[in-house]
Amino acid sequence: MQKFSGFELIRQGLMGQSGWKPQWRSPEPKASYDAVIIGGGGHGLGAAYYLASQHGLKNIAVLEKGWIGGGNTGRNTTIIRSNYLFNESAALYDHALKLWEGLSQALNYNVMFSQRGVMMVAHTVHDVQVFQRHVHANRANGVDNEWLTPEAAKAYCPPLNIERNLRFPVLGAALQRRGGTARHDAVAWGYARAADDLGVDILENCEVTAIRRNAQGAVEAVETTRGLIKTPKIGVSAAGHTSVVLGMAGVRAPLESFPLQALVSEPIKPIFPCVVMSNTIHAYMSQSDKGELVIGAGTDIYPSYTQRGGLQISQHTLEAICELFPQFRRMRMLRNWGGIVDVTPDRSPIIAKTPVPGLYVNCGWGTGGFKATPGAAHTLAWTIAKDEPHPINAPFTLERFRDGFLIDEAAAAAVAH
Amino acid sequence: MLIITCPYCGPRPEIEFSHGGEAHIARPLNPAALNADQWTDFLYLRTNTKGVHAERWRHLHGCARFFNALRDTTTDKILTTYRTGAPRPDLEGLTP
Repeated sequence: MQKFSGFELIRQGLMGQSGWKPQWRSPEPKASYDAVIIGGGGHGLGAAYYLASQHGLKNIAVLEKGWIGGGNTGRNTTIIRSNYLFNESAALYDHALKLWEGLSQALNYNVMFSQRGVMMVAHTVHDVQVFQRHVHANRANGVDNEWLTPEAAKAYCPPLNIERNLRFPVLGAALQRRGGTARHDAVAWGYARAADDLGVDILENCEVTAIRRNAQGAVEAVETTRGLIKTPKIGVSAAGHTSVVLGMAGVRAPLESFPLQALVSEPIKPIFPCVVMSNTIHAYMSQSDKGELVIGAGTDIYPSYTQRGGLQISQHTLEAICELFPQFRRMRMLRNWGGIVDVTPDRSPIIAKTPVPGLYVNCGWGTGGFKATPGAAHTLAWTIAKDEPHPINAPFTLERFRDGFLIDEAAAAAVAH
Repeated sequence: MLIITCPYCGPRPEIEFSHGGEAHIARPLNPAALNADQWTDFLYLRTNTKGVHAERWRHLHGCARFFNALRDTTTDKILTTYRTGAPRPDLEGLTP
């Protein structure tokens, strides 16, 4: 691998930038692998990277039906935080946040992780009570979170409108200073480059069409659009298409897939210093390093695989944004798009073994998978390599729905889903 | 925004409706006889079909009645709507 460094940058500059090489190979599929990851997003590429770097598996392939990072990894609003209410969730998301903090160094790739703070605005007495409960629960779990008065919130985020005559006035805010954003494409590319360096084959335009199982029921091969690939272990990290892939092995998961939209404005000069989220009026926003305001909308009300959504959903969010930040009323939106998110009944993910031997799944991240990318990848790799979950992902099983051990962030997450 | 044909009121915009989840999931007649796996099936497992999906809608801001629809989840095109209690229509018979 060609290492990135300041010295290398100067050297290449003197050579007219002519010495840069492709950062990963485009190999032909081999006949068999020790493990195969289905889904070439941040989660899948990351899992391959951790399998190769921490568990010694070198003969691994990542199968991606399109191009890497072209699914939800490239479609989200890049927000990273770990201020979840329940102990299990706080442990999982903070595990991810800690990995984020060292990720650029670990991968030798700048993922532009920026801990600019995630501020959640409270508009009602109920919001205030819930968020303060979150602050205390988080701090008890070692997750930083603090309560701000409206004036302190405005000082942290000057564009915020804290006038008392709003329909939903700002009564305060919870701030996680370690939260922030990262460059979503760089996460996929950084993991791809580092995994490829360890011998992982990244196979793009390679859609899985069937999963073959042997007489004992264990997985033995995947049929793909680029031929048959034998493997004893399959990790499914296919986001909105998880039900489709698991269905090939006869596994049913408690998932429904919904379109989730996001949009960006025209680029402007730096004005917005942090991430602001509002549960009650459903809006969240940050400013990218290119200057675009990145805005997240809600899910549509019906399950769908269309990667788009109704215009009324984005309109609803923009109305909320314009009330909180009246100075953005005349801005034009540049692009909007949708991704397909797989939602579980308790809005918590599943990172677990399945009833089929050799088949592992990482799914159900719903509307919040990007923030967990390194943690999900790391625990999925652990689960695949050791055939048992890491203590952090042990509660996130498929069986918790049958056994009644839900991790019910549906009511407790910081944003409405 | 989808235009949805309520079997009672005719075509109306999507914002008048709420979504009621997958259709044709009958509540168990003898709940006490179900084991944990059967309850999981009833409560949590859905087909999440990529293709033609039978689902319940409610014309909340209209007649407020539930009905069923067949919708293609790859295009969001609603193929037909029908009243609750009616069997799932045969799509072959619907094509003109």
